[in-house]
Amino acid sequence: MKWYLLRRGWQSLLVLFGVSVVVFLILHLTGDPALLLLPPDASADDIARFREAMGFNDPVAVQYVRFLKGALRGDFGESLRHGEPAMHLVLERLPATFELAGAGLLIALCLAIPAGIISAVRRNTSVDYVSTVLALLGQAMPTFWLGIMLILVFSVRLNWLPSSGRGDLDHLVLPAVTLGLFTTARITRLTRSGMLEVLGQDYIRTARAKGVSEPPVVWKHALKNASIPIVTIVGIELGTLLGGSVITETIFAWPGVGRLSVQAIFNRDYPVVQAAVFLLASTFVIVNFVVDVLYTYLDPRIRFR
Amino acid sequence: MAPVSTPQSVATEAVVLAPARPSQEREWLLLLSRLVRRRTALFGMAVVLVVALTAIFAPMISPFDPLAQDISQRLREPGWQDPQGRVHLLGTDHLGRDILARIIYGSRIALVVGLAAVAISGVLGMIIGLTAGYFGGRLDDFLMRLADVQLAFPFILLAIAVIGVLGPSLRNIIIVIGVSSWVVYARVVRGEVLSVREREYVQAAVALGSRDGRILARHVLPNTFTPWLVVATLDMARVIVIESALSFLGLGVQPPTPTWGGMLADGRVYLSTAWWLATFPGLAILVTVLGINLFGDGLRDTLDPRLKV
Repeated sequence: MKWYLLRRGWQSLLVLFGVSVVVFLILHLTGDPALLLLPPDASADDIARFREAMGFNDPVAVQYVRFLKGALRGDFGESLRHGEPAMHLVLERLPATFELAGAGLLIALCLAIPAGIISAVRRNTSVDYVSTVLALLGQAMPTFWLGIMLILVFSVRLNWLPSSGRGDLDHLVLPAVTLGLFTTARITRLTRSGMLEVLGQDYIRTARAKGVSEPPVVWKHALKNASIPIVTIVGIELGTLLGGSVITETIFAWPGVGRLSVQAIFNRDYPVVQAAVFLLASTFVIVNFVVDVLYTYLDPRIRFR
Repeated sequence: MAPVSTPQSVATEAVVLAPARPSQEREWLLLLSRLVRRRTALFGMAVVLVVALTAIFAPMISPFDPLAQDISQRLREPGWQDPQGRVHLLGTDHLGRDILARIIYGSRIALVVGLAAVAISGVLGMIIGLTAGYFGGRLDDFLMRLADVQLAFPFILLAIAVIGVLGPSLRNIIIVIGVSSWVVYARVVRGEVLSVREREYVQAAVALGSRDGRILARHVLPNTFTPWLVVATLDMARVIVIESALSFLGLGVQPPTPTWGGMLADGRVYLSTAWWLATFPGLAILVTVLGINLFGDGLRDTLDPRLKV
């Protein structure tokens, strides 16, 4: 087991390294970062001097090493718009994004897992059909449209909930539901299929033959085994949630990293963009590594590989 | 060859001499009939067909010119009849343009981006998956690490960062989406290659001295096509949503070309006064994606239910 974890840890480090390369390259996509960072009316002299001062004339490899050293210290340069260190701006808004993603995930798990289990246990009944249809719709619906429709119904027409900003629980409801719907749909379908697969296994038949009553069969034996793919999916879904936060935060004016990134890209504030993308991608890699560690506790078969 | 010719061997010879093509066609017909028997897949197929036909025949079915502005008719509700007696079935937008017409033309962008991006990522993923699965070893490790790096980025963030740098245009969004979506194809193809690699006819070919290229093309590739097709179908739905998300943010195809996402962005501004601007384009996306998903699910269940896609 230790070897497995070490291997996964090393792979995660390699991935983080790859992430840093890609983030670095974003600025150099057009070949001349100076043109990107300076206002359009800058003179040729200004551009040349800027290039020299920022070290853009050095070979790419040297520039990358400089970038990496800065990144490891948390230094991504200064925001071009706000004048503050880029990473500080991003970190300031990280709690807001985690709050939103966390709420979305919580809603998803609370709704999806019971729904999936009931669907599997009461297969082909009306409950199953309704839940399947809802899950299909949930996966097909674009999040930004859902957000706008929710605002239309609950903010504009009914005036029950606020449509923007972050504050108390009221403000969290609509964005969290919007963000979490796709994940809910996905986890519902996965739980249902996972449970169906597990319920068909021999050890379940054995438990029933032994006389174990239905609730422990479902909740203890079946769920524990079906939860393995669910745990994996949660790790992947976190990536979806972090990405989805970009759109959801924009629609609901939620002050998180996603909204900051979109604004930064439109403002051509590339240090902030780099800091934000690097942070989100790294979070994803770390969370997945944690999920892998959890995996070894949930699935004893892995320990003996 | 046994000198005694029994009825059985005569029958065998007769079958062997029959041409191969009819049985291939019959196989496709069989698959098609199996697919049709699933009602949801049928519904999905119908929806996809309608959307495709709408996109192709847009100029002929569209009741209005999607770009024709008429400020005197702006923000009219669905069903409104203008002074010339023509009915705007889904209303007009803030510049007086007919919503239905714009939705019809918006399907063109959605499908073009969908097909083009899927083609690019499909081919890229196929090549990477074949290489990783067939040659294995360090190359496989490297390519799979690359896949992990690709997956670590929240896709939409990477897409808007790159397009923010390169500038929004039809070509750029196709390239960005296409180049970054290869992973799921590569994984599925690689999985299939790993299982096919161990089969006897492949090992026989290797033993007989066939070159790698020939083995890949003749034995491995045809087996990967089915899972690849399922992935491509489901991925197309995802690409259409991403294209509309990018258009929504203003990073897609630029106005005045109608895109579903762009219409949603416009509609958001007038949400309290003209709900139809934002509702119908979103419904168009929803129905299209649902249709493709149902069709893709049906395809997967028909061709290979074991696929973990």
